[in-house]
This record gives sequence, C-alpha cells and structure tokens, in this order.
Amino acid sequence: MEAFTTHTGRAVPLRRGNVDTDQIIPAHWLKKVTRDGFEDGLFEAWRKDPEFILNRPERQGATVLVAGPDFGTGSSREHAVWALQNYGFKTVISSRFADIFRGNSLKNGLLTVVLEQKIVDALWELTEADPSAEITVDLEAREVRAEGVTASFELDENSRWRLLNGLDDISITLQNEPDIAAYEQRRPAHKPRTLQG
Amino acid sequence: MGRTLAEKVWDDHVVRRAQGEPDLLYIDLHLLHEVTSPQAFDGLRQNGRQVRRLDLTIATEDHNTPTLDIDKPIADPVSRAQLETLRKNCAEFGVRLHPLGDVEQGVVHVVGPQLGLTQPGTTVVCGDSHTSTHGAFGALAFGIGTSQVEHVLATQTLPMARPKTMAITVDGELPEGVSAKDLILAIIARIGTGGGQGYILEYRGSAIERLSMEARMTICNMSIEAGARAGMIAPDETTFAYLKGRPHAPEGAEWDAAVEYWKTLRTDEDAEFDAEVVIDAAALSPFVTWGTNPGQGAPLSADVPDPASYEDASERLAAEKALEYMGLEAGAPLRSIKVDTVFVGSCTNGRIEDLRTVAEILKDRKVADGVRMLVVPGSARVGLQAAAEGLDVVFKEAGAEWRYAGCSMCLGMNPDQLAPGERSASTSNRNFEGRQGKGGRTHLVSPQVAAATAVLGHLASPADLTDDRTPAGV
Ligand code: SF4
Repeated sequence: MEAFTTHTGRAVPLRRGNVDTDQIIPAHWLKKVTRDGFEDGLFEAWRKDPEFILNRPERQGATVLVAGPDFGTGSSREHAVWALQNYGFKTVISSRFADIFRGNSLKNGLLTVVLEQKIVDALWELTEADPSAEITVDLEAREVRAEGVTASFELDENSRWRLLNGLDDISITLQNEPDIAAYEQRRPAHKPRTLQG
Repeated sequence: MGRTLAEKVWDDHVVRRAQGEPDLLYIDLHLLHEVTSPQAFDGLRQNGRQVRRLDLTIATEDHNTPTLDIDKPIADPVSRAQLETLRKNCAEFGVRLHPLGDVEQGVVHVVGPQLGLTQPGTTVVCGDSHTSTHGAFGALAFGIGTSQVEHVLATQTLPMARPKTMAITVDGELPEGVSAKDLILAIIARIGTGGGQGYILEYRGSAIERLSMEARMTICNMSIEAGARAGMIAPDETTFAYLKGRPHAPEGAEWDAAVEYWKTLRTDEDAEFDAEVVIDAAALSPFVTWGTNPGQGAPLSADVPDPASYEDASERLAAEKALEYMGLEAGAPLRSIKVDTVFVGSCTNGRIEDLRTVAEILKDRKVADGVRMLVVPGSARVGLQAAAEGLDVVFKEAGAEWRYAGCSMCLGMNPDQLAPGERSASTSNRNFEGRQGKGGRTHLVSPQVAAATAVLGHLASPADLTDDRTPAGV
C-alpha cells in the first residue's frame, strides 16, 4: 500500500449526506474478479446526470472528496474504497463516516478525515466558488489546510503510523518474518503437503 | 491447569505472541475456491507478492460449476469469469488446482479430507464459512474473508484473537434412524443460531465417539450455523483408520510420529471450558427445519409451531416472517408438508456414506410423481466410488437425477436452483430465504429423511415407508 504523508489536490464538493456504499459502488459491480477497474462504477447512478459534479470538466483530476455526513453507511463492501481509489481520490473529508467503511478505508490507504461540519461547509464554499482551489491534507501534522481554512484532525496512532509508512496488514505481519521462518524450521515433518517431493 | 483440545492445537501454532496483540497463528493448510480468491490474488499481484507456501495450498472449483454437461462452456458469464480467473491465477502463481472435470475436483470441504490433507492437530483455513467441517479430524479449521485469504497466501499466517471454548457433550446412543444431521439440527435448535458465537465448539461424549468420520464432518460442518467459527472432535482410532493410506497421509516412521502426536490431542481431564451444553442422544428423533434459519427446526413428529407460542418478541416476529415466506400454517403436522424437490448433496451430506444411506432406502422404490430428486456427490471421487458400488443405478432406477460433483443446489450460484415458491427437502446446511434460488423454500433434513421424503412426496422418515418395496423394473 502507498504511504500517505501529505497530499495536496483539487476537490470535489459532494453536498449529500448519508451516502451509502451501494451508491458509492452498486451491487452489480461486485461480480468483478479484480481489485481495480471500479472507477467507472463510482457513483454510477448519479453520473448518468451530466450535471453531476463528478462529470463537470473543471473537476477532472480532483483527488480530495469533501462529502456530507454519514459517508459510507450500508453494506460492508470493501469495493467502495477501491472504487474511490481507482477513480483517483486520495482522501475523503466528512463530518462523520460509517465505522466499517472507515476501517476499510484506513486499511487500504485511503485517508478518511473527520472534520467538524462547519469546516466541511467552509471547504464546500471555497471549492464551489473556485474549482481550482487546492486542499492540503497533512497527516504528519494532522492538519487540513486550504485558503482561509486551517483545521486539525484526529486519527489513532496505530492507523496513522500504518498510513505514514504505507503498511498494510500483510506488511505488518511480514515485519515478523524471522518468527515465521523460525516456526517453519521447527514444524514437524509429518505435517501434510499439497505438493509431493 | 489442563488444556482443551482447541487450546492445544492453538498453542502449537502460535508464531508470535505479544501483549495486547492478537496471536500470529501458523496455517498448515489453505484451501481455495473460485468465489473468494480472485481479489486476494489480485492484491498479491498489485503488491508484487508471491504465495509463500505453495506446498500448503490447494484449489478446486465448486460453487459455480454446473452438474450437467460439464464438458460444455459455462453459460453464465459471472460463473465463467470466476472459474477462468481461478485457473489463470493458479497457473500464474503455481497453485495446485483441481478444475471441473478433474478426478479430485469437488466441494472444497469434501476434497481436503478425502485426499488425507486434513489431519488432526493442523490449522486449516478457507475463504468459506463451512471450513469448520475439517474440525471433525481434531483440526482447528475456520472460514476467513478475502483479505485474510490474501494474508495467508502471502504470509502463511493469520493474526487471530483466541475464541472461548464450549463443550457440547452428547452421551447415550442415537436411536435407530437418527443420524448426525438430526443431532446437529437439534443442537442448533437448542443453543440458537447465535449460541456458539465467540466460541470454538468441542463435540464430545460417547455418542460422538461412536460416529464415523463422515458423520463427524456433518456435525462440525454446521458449527457455523450455531454461530461458532469452528467445531472440533478429538481424534481417535476412527480418525486414524480413515486417514491411513490416503494420498497425503504420512507414511512409515512419519505415520508413527504423527499418530503419537495425534493421541495427545485430547482435552485434559482437568481442563475447563468456558461453557457447556449436555445433550441426551437417546431422546433424539429425526429433525427437520420449518423456518428460514437452521435454528428454526423441530422433530419431524411435531407440528409447525405457532409463532404466538414464543415468549421472546423477536423470536415470535422471526417465526411469523418465516412461516409467511415458507407458506406454512401454524399447527400443520410437519409430515403433511409436500415438497417439489429433494436435494441430496453438499459439504454437509454429500459423502459416500450419505449416498449409501440414500441408496439403501431408494432401492426398489420410486421417487413420488411430481417430485424432482437430485443426487449430487460432494466430489468427483465420491461420484466414482458411488458408481463403482452401483449406487448410481439405484438412484436412476428410482427416478432420481444423478449428477456431477459440486455445490449444486446448496446455493443458487450455479444452474441447479429452485424456482420461486418451490419447496425442497435438502441435505444441505442453510435454509435462508432465497438460498437455493430466488423465492425457493428449503427444509433442512438428514439423508434418511430426504430419501423417504422423495418416495412419499411429503416430509417423512424411513419409518413411514410401510410398503414392501416395489420390485425393481415394475
Ligand atoms: S456445498 Fe454449500 S455450504 Fe458447502 S461449500 Fe458449497 S455452497 Fe458452501
């Protein structure tokens, strides 16, 4: 997983609350057998409307999603995180995330930032008025900065450490590789093997 | 203080233990199938990782495979894509695969034991909740999610918090005609579908010790339906006899060393369980489900329960909803329920012993008019063995359909499905709404009840068959 230290990018202000994972990535996309290629399914229903904010030319290449409260409710599908990442989002800002979605996002390296609604409002106003306005999410300083906005946010130490170092569950386990190798050394010879010889 | 079976196996697999962290457990055997593995392989690819232990990993195809015309291309594009992806991934990473058409193909939980890969005192995982089946050998076996599948592929380990332990002691003798399936359905009805949550179950007692390996697998298979991720039975002479001579069982001096270790895998006299349940085997009778979860079951001799009889409001509501979905009237005798379809198969009851039981009852009898009966071996090997014993002829002469191996009608992911409103007696493990096809209604039953039901057209046990058997050919 990619490390996240600090990121600066243009934003998509998404003025909607209670965006559930089925709206983020509809169920029929779950039939796919890969972890990439979900970008076209992101907010699929809304994107049929040419006026939907993600479709606007001035929002192309934006990497920061500023969403309404209760983002990511509903089914626990990890695909919702993959769809946001595949599309190009590095971070999502909201005043409240659903728990499972938040867990999935941090595990996968998508930084979800919780800010007070009045700061989210300020970011909406700024980026709606000026689509080229940039937002910086600084994980080292735990701070979000934009023109006229400086706000600190919280994240538990363990998640922060993992993101800063780009460590997924597997890399964390692999830090104990010597223990695994030592265990393998002492495993009895009678244990089954799927490959002979 | 002594340790339980589960604790012994757990302790023997701890790679790393640190304060405030889950234990890192070593995994002896990783079983793969097409449904839960694609994104795990993709994750490896994206991160440039390899499979750490190809020699502890094996794959087969089961959920999506058709049980007819297996040489023809698979019609459903999603099923086809999942199977093709598994084949591509196994080829790319070097994983041993038994695809459709291969003699070792079959339901993943039938294949592992049959090859002798599932052994006492091992840890077994698979991206499938019925991995608990393998606990019948005294293995610690549990289902995992796709991200854990990736974790095991890459590291051969899993970080896990140790569950509590629950003893389910079954003493006495099962009456004639009462099988392991009836026993586990009765256990689930007793402790509830959430009763085992957070526990590893250990089935013990004289009734369990008398069971064959097949029957033990039926029991452990459904541990998950009681909410437990794993169920175990201590290995004994029955286990060793089943394993001896299987393709992947140890041989010579290694066999001796293995048996010596396996014999230590019993719960110590002074060990303590976190919870205990005692069941009297002699009091059991054939058991069937009437509702839409495996805990909604009753003796076949009972009536459909009246929801009003439940004191607990949520249970009452659940029963009302279940009866509505199932199209059943409270108070109707369970024996009066007519079925359209009978399904024999799945990782619960798709092994050779199950097929023998069904054949014995069907011999010289006919499946009732208007009833469709599917007999699906749990693996291609089981199918071959059944054919070698002539069981396939018995099924076909009775009017049942004899199919190729796979999960088949256990779940609506392949062509074998119930139509909306259709009702089945099924030897599988889940009677959830739509499990066997959209709108389908499922009664979970034992192989004995399945066979008798097929003959009579309504839920029945072999004791209800009062005929003198139709002579063959009439
Ligand atoms: S037979 Fe049924 S329960 Fe068993 S693995 Fe297949 S789908 Fe799952």
